[in-house]
Amino acid sequence: MTDTTTHVRAPEAVAGFVGATKRFSGVLAADRIDLRIRRGEFLSFLGPSGCGKTTMLRMLAGFESPTEGEVLIDGRNVSAVPAHRRPVNMVFQHYALFPHMTVAQNVGYGLRQRRPRLPKHEIEMKVAKTLATVRLADFGPRRIWEMSGGQQQRVALARAIVNEPKILLLDEPMAALDAKLRGEMQRELLDLQRSLGITFVLVTHDQEEALAMSDRICIMGKGRIAQVGTPQELYDRPRSRYVADFVGKANIVQGRITGRQGGMAQAVLGNGVKVVLRDEPGDARPVAEIAVRPEALGLATRESAVPEGTAAVRARVTHRTFLGDHTEYLLAADGLGQMQVNVPRQAERASGGHDVGALVHVLWPEGTGLVLAADD
Amino acid sequence: MTQSRARALLLTPAGLWYAAMLLLPLAVVLIFSFGERSAIGGYAPGFTFEQYANLPARFAAFRNTLTLAPVGTIAALLIAYPLAYFLAVKVSPKWKTMLLVLVIVPFWTSILIRSYAWIFLLGGKGIPALLETIGLDDVRLLNTPFAVLVGIVYGYLPLMVFPIYVALEKLDKRLLEAAADLGTPPWRAFLQITLPLSMPGVLTGSMLVFILLMGEFLIPAILGGGKVFFVGNALVDLFLQSRNWAFGSAVAVALVVIMLITIGIYSRLVKRFGASRDDVGLM
Repeated sequence: MTDTTTHVRAPEAVAGFVGATKRFSGVLAADRIDLRIRRGEFLSFLGPSGCGKTTMLRMLAGFESPTEGEVLIDGRNVSAVPAHRRPVNMVFQHYALFPHMTVAQNVGYGLRQRRPRLPKHEIEMKVAKTLATVRLADFGPRRIWEMSGGQQQRVALARAIVNEPKILLLDEPMAALDAKLRGEMQRELLDLQRSLGITFVLVTHDQEEALAMSDRICIMGKGRIAQVGTPQELYDRPRSRYVADFVGKANIVQGRITGRQGGMAQAVLGNGVKVVLRDEPGDARPVAEIAVRPEALGLATRESAVPEGTAAVRARVTHRTFLGDHTEYLLAADGLGQMQVNVPRQAERASGGHDVGALVHVLWPEGTGLVLAADD
Repeated sequence: MTQSRARALLLTPAGLWYAAMLLLPLAVVLIFSFGERSAIGGYAPGFTFEQYANLPARFAAFRNTLTLAPVGTIAALLIAYPLAYFLAVKVSPKWKTMLLVLVIVPFWTSILIRSYAWIFLLGGKGIPALLETIGLDDVRLLNTPFAVLVGIVYGYLPLMVFPIYVALEKLDKRLLEAAADLGTPPWRAFLQITLPLSMPGVLTGSMLVFILLMGEFLIPAILGGGKVFFVGNALVDLFLQSRNWAFGSAVAVALVVIMLITIGIYSRLVKRFGASRDDVGLM
């Protein structure tokens, strides 16, 4: 698959995969991957465990070499270049800090490996500067075990960025942090990326993390790229059910397409309700899956309250969960099965809410929802 | 009050154990070392430094022990480390258990019998005969310090292999990936990461082997043929043959003192090295 990003920003590639395939004793971890990583971007590989995202990162780092195809860094095929000769650095999932060295020795480790050797004072200066960058200025002489989880993560970060890599690889760096620290760390990472201008490549299974941090997200499944795009593109125009399910929540229903025109499609749902949707260009299937976000739908008590041009599906409320800024309704919809509708606080206040067991109309405004391509 | 009494009560078994098993025998040896040999052998009470003044008579035994024990320890270390590394890092899990068992199997036979096997190997029809075929005549191996060295290295190798194996086994392989990621070629990563982090195993194994070698008597008796003898052999001789218990005790005390000094130096070394703590294990 190719990039689908619409707004092109410095399309110069710092790295890439060309037909890259990785097979582990018969199991395909990466299957003919084509991808360009742009200089200076924050790219995330997102997917469930076993989808091949970590293999992508490890092929960039040089811990794995592709069974077929090429891995490019700066336009050069590096498939046969060992990890220690690649201009990339990694923040490991559990940090992999050297327990027999101090914080400063850990951070300076990469600089001490340079040949010809760097002068000692230059190493010390760079280490001090980088420790200050990650807000650990006074922690240089400390031992690794004296550092908290969050601090260890900063050390791991400093140990990587002090080498000024072409690409910084991050392997689930937040996995071991608690939720509050994670949000803080995400913002810090973004600030750091902006100030350093280094390309960041993140691997995560956490969609919120990917949405919050990435310029582009590459969603992976079963060793293949499911879709690449900006977080908003993936959210608004998921190409497949897999992507729609993975990024945010989506109601997926079956529909028969009755007409298509100018990027829109008319469809008849399983229960006979007619809706108007955004269409996937070039699609010609008569029956397709339709995705619609819970917050794009609305609820009305009486049929008379359904606005002109809005389709309505009758449904019964089965669960109501108040979540502060919005209320989450689970409904049993006529002929469609379970649906979810998120009602924002204001609309909830205006309507007075809907009790469990109440009969309501799910409002489906024109142009809401999207025809999905078939999953491969 | 009751709490401290309860604590005292609970500590009593351990205290008694120490007194009975450790202090009492040592005290007996210490007292004997200041006594005299009675006319019919054994021990006669007394207070004299004569036995200690006599120690130089056993100089050769101390010299042999104090050279062959450290040399044997180092030789065992040099052989054991690559073996342990191979077992912990290189061997596939499928073969690991079997190869580990093979390291222990010799322990199932008495060291006495295994040492006799070496008599044949080092004797005239063994290795020297082989050397003769390539033109090296008149090589004598048996009853030399070399034979004793071979014997002790062979006998104590497993004790060195296992602590090192354990240290290497629990070494986090991701540290080596991290080192490679930071620009370290594999051989340098071994020196900078693997070796320092396996030092606890190296030090444990070395101490274990060294202490046991200092008290060794069986292997020098068999492979040294009475020409290369350890302090252990001197003790066997003094207590069982010439029945000079007082002098034997003095020799034993001298050995204990030497061991204490060595271990003192050793623990200094460990402290210097051992900035690394086991519990950091990396998580």
